Amino acid sequence: MTAVLRARQLGKKYRRGWALTGCALDIPAGHVTGLVGPNGAGKSTLLNLAAGMLAPTTGTIEVCGGMPGSGPAQLAKVGFVAQDTPTYAGLTVADHLRLGARLNPNWDDALAHRRIERLGLDPGQRAGKLSGGQRAQLALTLGIAKRPELLILDEPVAALDPLARREFLQDLMEAVAEHGLSVVLSSHLVADLERVCDHLVVLVAAQVQLAGEVEDLLAAHHRLSGPRRDPATLPADQQVISASHTDRQTTLVVRTEAPILDPAWTVSTVGLEDLVLAYMSRPAEAGPGRRPTLEVLR
Amino acid sequence: MIWLTWRQFRAQAAAVYGLLAVLAAILVIAGRPLSGVVRLTPADSRLYYAGIVVTYLLPAVIGVFWGAPLVTRELEAGTHRLVWNQSVTRARWMATKLALTGLAAVAAAGLLSLVVTWWAGPVDAASQPSTVPVGADIGTDVPDAESFAARISPLLFGVRGITPVGYAAFAFVLGVTAGILLRRTVSAMAVTLAVFAAVQIAVPFAVRPYVIPAAQQTVTITSANISKLGVNSSGEVEELAVAGPRGAWVLGNETVDATGRVVTAPSWVAACLLPPMPSEPQGRASPSGPVAEADQECLTKLADLGYRQRVTYQPADRFWALQGTETAIFLALSALLAWLCLRWIRNRVS
Repeated sequence: MTAVLRARQLGKKYRRGWALTGCALDIPAGHVTGLVGPNGAGKSTLLNLAAGMLAPTTGTIEVCGGMPGSGPAQLAKVGFVAQDTPTYAGLTVADHLRLGARLNPNWDDALAHRRIERLGLDPGQRAGKLSGGQRAQLALTLGIAKRPELLILDEPVAALDPLARREFLQDLMEAVAEHGLSVVLSSHLVADLERVCDHLVVLVAAQVQLAGEVEDLLAAHHRLSGPRRDPATLPADQQVISASHTDRQTTLVVRTEAPILDPAWTVSTVGLEDLVLAYMSRPAEAGPGRRPTLEVLR
Repeated sequence: MIWLTWRQFRAQAAAVYGLLAVLAAILVIAGRPLSGVVRLTPADSRLYYAGIVVTYLLPAVIGVFWGAPLVTRELEAGTHRLVWNQSVTRARWMATKLALTGLAAVAAAGLLSLVVTWWAGPVDAASQPSTVPVGADIGTDVPDAESFAARISPLLFGVRGITPVGYAAFAFVLGVTAGILLRRTVSAMAVTLAVFAAVQIAVPFAVRPYVIPAAQQTVTITSANISKLGVNSSGEVEELAVAGPRGAWVLGNETVDATGRVVTAPSWVAACLLPPMPSEPQGRASPSGPVAEADQECLTKLADLGYRQRVTYQPADRFWALQGTETAIFLALSALLAWLCLRWIRNRVS
């Protein structure tokens, strides 16, 4: 398995502080990876680092085997649809396709025109007059017709209504199936990603909290409920992700590879959304010295 | 990349070049003033000054409206994140934009200067020597020649010949640099205008006179060449000047005594040159007629005492040498800023 994105000790510091610290991450090729985390967790920073829009403060990041943004060949391998899907307001849809054709050696003009036609975009219309959903589709078209190895989308559906959201993601999935791209997309809503992602990265407070294939992650996490007890008394191989207590009952989300044998617990599965929320709401005990102990699951 | 640059730039280019075309058409249709003119008609006079104003303004306009928004417009709309993620490096993107828009800027200023210099040719010729060697004609023809500024004078130097080309290139790249550093269109525009205006004011006084060491001449003050005499209320001579060589840019006009020290002329000169008018502080220009004889006596006495007038100036025939040097300085500055732009766009902006 090759990694389309490999980060080691990656960190980015802005004037106001660290947006990303000690990030070690391998994203395998051929997957649709969801990057999820609360607002301000560093998702955009990570994606911008991957696209070469930002330069890392510490550590290294390697995308499709090269340094992001290092040259035309590298740029051609990575498609990036930035947050708010920027387009030139004064340029028409056709102008945008022309822009793509002129600036990208691997440009698939037939694909671009087919998509525009299918989406019902008027080529003569200025991008500034398009709706948010149409603009996102136009930006996605530019990203896909560039024929990259990896397509990075930063909150592509954040500005869209639920219907446009669903259409956009469906459309993205069709393109992924057709062209065999690797995709990394971010969102602060798990529901957006649940349908489309088979790989997940959870980023909280500038650090990677969890990364792995969705199936493996779901298999390794369990919700335990039973009579109230101290989570510290659990076996060492069971890592408590979140705990909530009532007077009589304790509910835990734990991570473990081993089966849960304690008969006192009622074991149930954890949904992806609950799993992510459990990681997001984990107390920020992460001091600067502490690195996330989780690694990619196989 | 060339196509995109042109596609984004064409409206701005059309606006500026359209105005230039209108101005050129007006000047061509109005026709040049007759050569050997002494007075301009009011219409020609308006065109003459309009030409000066427009040629000074064009580089500033280019810097503010072409240069400053070049990058900030992308940053403010977020479109830099679209265009920098096509298969073209930022450096190439920046270089193409700088080169194409910069060429358009230089061409616009060059064409404007060409038309204006052509049109004003007869007027400028009225204040510059044609074949007379410099220095030989001190004091002749003063009244008429003073009607128009010499083309080497600070007023006209920047709107004749090739200097507008250097200014336009500099203003444009200055605008781009300000945009990259400030990342806001409006503040970049304001800073561009302020810095460019400051440079335009500083250069004629702080740089241009010293690019080529100025020439000096020490002459006897005569009633024919004395051009200015200022006396203060207590009867002291405040200002005494003689006419410089024709078409020259006079930088200094000092009275020196027999030992060569800079002095003010003795106050009796004021008394004998301006007999009964102590209440009038400002002197007169170019004495003539019957008064001249009495004045001459007075000035001969002054000359006998060893007083001379030392004129420091840039002669008219250095016009092209100074133009070339100044344009080269501005083009070099532009190249330096362009290089910085390329560096910064690669490393600092995101």
